[in-house]
Amino acid sequence: MKIVVCIKQVPDTAEVKLDPKTNTLIREGVPSIINHDDKAGLETALQLREQVGGTVTVVCMGPPQADVALREALAMGADEAYLLSAREFGGSDTYATATILAAALRKIGFDLVITGRQAIDGDTAQVGPQIAEQLHIPQVSYAEALRAEGDHVIVQRQFEDRSHLLQVQLPCLVTALSELNQARYMSVGGIVDAYAKDVTVWGFEDLKNDLNPAFIGLNGSPTNVFQSFGKQLRAPGVVLSGLSADEAVDAIMQTLIQRHII
Amino acid sequence: MDFKLDKTHLLMQEMFRRFAETEIKPLAKEMDEKEAYDPALLAQLQRYGFFGIPYSRQYGGAGSDTLAYTLCMEEVSKVDASTGITISVHTSLCCSCIDRFGTEEQKQRFLRPLIDGSKLGSYGLTEPGAGSDVQGAQTTAVKDGDEWVINGSKIFTTNSGFADLCVVFALTDRTVPAAKGMTAFLVDLKGTPGVTVSENIERMGIRAASNCIVSYDNVRVGADRVLGQVGKGFRIAMAALDCGRIGIAAQAVGIAQGALDEAIKYAKERKQFGKSIVSFQNSQFKIAEMQTKIDAARLMTWRAAIAEDNHEAFGPYAAMAKLLASDVAVEVTRFAVQLMGGYGFCREYPVERMYRDAKITEIYEGTSEVMKMVISGSMKLK
Amino acid sequence: MSKDIFVIVEQRGGAVQKVSYELIGEAAKLSADLGEQVVAVLLGHEIAHKAETLVQYGADKVLVVDHPVLADYTTEPYVKAVEYIIRTYDPNIVLFGASSIGRDMAPRIAGRVHTGLTADCTRLDVDVKKYQDYLRTSTSLSLQPERIDALDTSDRYLKMTRPAFGGNVMATIVCRKYTPQMATVRPGVMEMPQKDESRRGEIVMVDAGLSMEDQNVTILQVVPSDKKAVDITKAKVLVSGGRGVGGAEGYEPLRQLAALLGGEVSSSRIGVDNGWIEKSRQVGQTGKTVHPDLYIACGISGAIQHLAGMEGSEFILAINKDASCPMMKIADLGIVGDLKVILPKLIAAIKAYKLSQTV
Repeated sequence: MKIVVCIKQVPDTAEVKLDPKTNTLIREGVPSIINHDDKAGLETALQLREQVGGTVTVVCMGPPQADVALREALAMGADEAYLLSAREFGGSDTYATATILAAALRKIGFDLVITGRQAIDGDTAQVGPQIAEQLHIPQVSYAEALRAEGDHVIVQRQFEDRSHLLQVQLPCLVTALSELNQARYMSVGGIVDAYAKDVTVWGFEDLKNDLNPAFIGLNGSPTNVFQSFGKQLRAPGVVLSGLSADEAVDAIMQTLIQRHII
Repeated sequence: MDFKLDKTHLLMQEMFRRFAETEIKPLAKEMDEKEAYDPALLAQLQRYGFFGIPYSRQYGGAGSDTLAYTLCMEEVSKVDASTGITISVHTSLCCSCIDRFGTEEQKQRFLRPLIDGSKLGSYGLTEPGAGSDVQGAQTTAVKDGDEWVINGSKIFTTNSGFADLCVVFALTDRTVPAAKGMTAFLVDLKGTPGVTVSENIERMGIRAASNCIVSYDNVRVGADRVLGQVGKGFRIAMAALDCGRIGIAAQAVGIAQGALDEAIKYAKERKQFGKSIVSFQNSQFKIAEMQTKIDAARLMTWRAAIAEDNHEAFGPYAAMAKLLASDVAVEVTRFAVQLMGGYGFCREYPVERMYRDAKITEIYEGTSEVMKMVISGSMKLK
Repeated sequence: MSKDIFVIVEQRGGAVQKVSYELIGEAAKLSADLGEQVVAVLLGHEIAHKAETLVQYGADKVLVVDHPVLADYTTEPYVKAVEYIIRTYDPNIVLFGASSIGRDMAPRIAGRVHTGLTADCTRLDVDVKKYQDYLRTSTSLSLQPERIDALDTSDRYLKMTRPAFGGNVMATIVCRKYTPQMATVRPGVMEMPQKDESRRGEIVMVDAGLSMEDQNVTILQVVPSDKKAVDITKAKVLVSGGRGVGGAEGYEPLRQLAALLGGEVSSSRIGVDNGWIEKSRQVGQTGKTVHPDLYIACGISGAIQHLAGMEGSEFILAINKDASCPMMKIADLGIVGDLKVILPKLIAAIKAYKLSQTV
C-alpha cells in the first residue's frame, strides 16, 4: 500500500507567548515539533506498513527549517520525504495550503492519505478535509482506530457521544487523532539513515503544471487575518495561603453562600 | 574548528533528551530506591538503539560515532546516572573489545547481538584484591585439551545481574607479569556451568545499576572464546578503559548539568527574605562558576570523543576529561544540594541522588589518581 | 447579491444539538445589524417536525432536506446537500457548530464551493463599533488604542474571531473575496436565545437531489460511548480534578462535592490520559470548553491548554499546594492547601449548612 502522510512543523504552543506591546508572536527560542495529531498519523502509517507492506511517504509544506521535521519522520521509519517550500506558498490559508498539498499528492501518487486532525498552531482542522475535496476522494476524520483490509480501510470515527465503525474504499483520506496510538521515538540508526537520505524539495516550478497561482499564497487565500491580539488578563484574584484547613473551608463557604451556589 | 553540533548530532541529542525526560526520569527515583533497573525500560533502550551507537551498521549498530555516544550518555545521566553506566559498560567496555580485537566470526557471533539490541554485555576485570592494581589479579585460565578452565572471582561487574555476555580477563601465564600473561575471554554469564552472579552489591549511588560479584568455578570455555591473542589481554583491557573513560566523563557531565538545572529551577521559585533565591547575586555568581566548569568538562569530553573517532591516540585526552568531569560532578552536586537547602537533602527532590551518584565517577574505570598517572605518563616528565 | 445568514443545524439521532440554537441566536443578532434574515437548514431523515422549534428560537425560515441517506451522518451526502442549498439560495453567511460533524463537513463544503472558512469562532461581528468596544475592553489591543480607532466603521464583512496557538493568541479573520462567508462556531460560547412559542416562520421542504449512492462509506457499526454521555458544558458548577487528585479513587470527594453543589465532575487532560476518568469530562483545548458559574480547580496547575477550556468561567476557585502555579494566577479565589484535607471538611461544612437552612 502506498501511504502518504502530511505533517506540519509547529511551535510547541505550550511555550508560545504574545508580545503585549506589539501584539505579535514571540517565536524566538520556541522549540519546533511535529504536530501531535500528524505524528500519530505517521505512527499509524508505519504500523500499517508493518501489517500489509508498502511504503510510507511523508510530505510537509513549510519553510526550509521544516526539513528537520521530515528528518525526524524518516528517523522514525518513513521511506521518503518531500518538502514543499516556496515564496509563492507563503501566507496560504487552509484552502490554499490544501491546494498545494493536493497538487503534490497527485504528483506523488497514493492509495491512502493520512493527515492529522488539527494543528496546534492554526487549530483549524480544515486542511485534511480540504485536501480530500481537491483530490475528490472520500474522507474520514477523527479516526481513533484504523486498519487495512485488502482494497479498503476500516476506521473507527469518533463523535462526541458515540463512534462509527466505517469501511472506506481506497483511495481515501483519513485524519488522525493523537488518541490513535503512542508514537514511537526515532531510533539512533534511523537518525543516521535519515540524514543519509535526500529530502526532495519542491517549489512552485515543480508543481506549476497543477497549480493555479491565483489560488495559492497570501493573495490566493479566501480568508485573511484582520487583527491578531491577546486576551486581556483577568482582574487579579485573591490567593490565600498559610490557612489551616478549617480557615480555608470557611473562606470557601463564604464565597459559596455569597454567590448563591448553596 | 567548529564547536557546534551538526544536524545529525543535534537531532540525536533531541531524541536522547526527549526519551530521557519522558521515559527514564519518571522511573529514576523508584529504581534507585528498589536498587533494581526496570526491565521494560531496558527493553525500550535496546529497541531504540541506545546500546550500539558508535558501532557499524555492518554489525547491526547505529552507525554513528563516539561523539553521539557522549551526547547520549550526558542526556540520560542528567536524569539517571544508573542508566548511564548501564549503557557505558556495555558500549565502551564490552563491545569495544570485541569490535577492536575480535575475529570476523566473533564479531558476527558475539558483537552483533550486543549492538543490535538483542543482548547485553559486561566487563570483568576488577577483583576483590585487584582494583587500581590490575596486575594483582588472581583469576586464572588453564588450558585443558581444546578448552580453557577459568577460576576466580570478579567484583563490581556492572550489568552482570542481567547481562548475557562478559569479557573476562584471566591469567593464562603466571610466570610472567600480568601485563604479558593475561588473556581476554568471552563468557556467557547465563547458562554456563560454574558461573555464579551475586545479588546487587549495596552501594552509595547508581543503585539501580546492576553491579555484582561474579564467581567463576571451573568454568569451561572453548578456544573460540579467546579474544585477541593469548597473553595479549592486558592491552585489550587498557584499550577498553580508554573508551570507557570518555563514557564516564560524559556521565559525570550529565550528572552535573542535571543537578545544576534542577537547583536553578528550584531557586527561581523558592523565595526567602522576600526574593527568589536566584535573585541573590551570590547565587548567580556560584551558578555561573558551576556552569563554566561543566562547559569545560563537556568540551574536554567532546575533544576526547572526536580524537577517538579520528583514530588519534586519545587515551590521555580521555583521562583528562574524566579527571575534570568527575571532579566537577562532585563539586556541582554538592552545590546543588546546598542551593536547595533542606529540600535538597530530601528524597522528594532528585539532587540528593545525584550527589550520591556523582562520587563513583572519581573512582571507577580508573580512579582520579590513576588518571593522573595516565596523564603524567603521557607527558614525558622523567 | 448574497443575502441572509444560514445556520446549518446539527442533529444527532433526531435530537437538535444545543449549539444550533446558540447559532440561531447569534445569527439573529447579526441579522439585526445586517438587515437580513436568519435561515435554519435542517438536514436529516424524518426530521421536518423539528423545524418549528427552530423558528421558535429565532429562525425566520427553515429549509428542510429530509432524505434517508441523511439518517446517520456521513460526510458526502451532507456536503452535497449543503452545497445544493448554497448554490440555490446564495447566502451571505453560513454558520456551523464546531462539533466533530461541523468541523468535518464545513471545510469540505468550503472547498467545494470555493470560499473561505474560519474555524472554531468564539465571537462574530458585523458592526465595527461593537467590535471596537470588544477590542478596547477585553483584549490586549486596549494597549494600542490608535489601532482600534483606525478601523473602517463602514466595513460590513463578517469579522470572525477565534483562538489560535492553543489559546495564546486571538485572531480575527475575514473573507472578502468569496461568498458565502463561512464559520464553524465553538459550542457553549454564544448565548442561548429565548424560546418564543408564538413565533412563526416559513418552513420549506427542499429536494437537494440526493440518493443513497451519494454515501461513499459504509457504516459497519454504531459503537455507543460505554459511559453515560455526560455533558459538562451544561453544568453550572464544575468540580475539576488535575494531577493533585492522584488517581481514580481521588475523584470520589470531588464527586461528592459536585453532587452537593448540583454540578458535575470534570478533569484536566492528565486524569483522562492516565485513565482515571472518562474523556467526555475533559476540559481544555482538546477537550471541552466550559463556562459554568463556578469552576473549582482541585490540584490543577493550569497549563495553557487547560485554561483555554475554562477561563471563561464566571468564578474560578482554585485549591492547590503550589501558590505560584498558573491556575492560582487566574483564579478569583485561590486557596493554598492540600485538597485531600480541605475537600472532606468542605463537604461536611456544606452538609451542615444545608441542614441548618431547612425549615
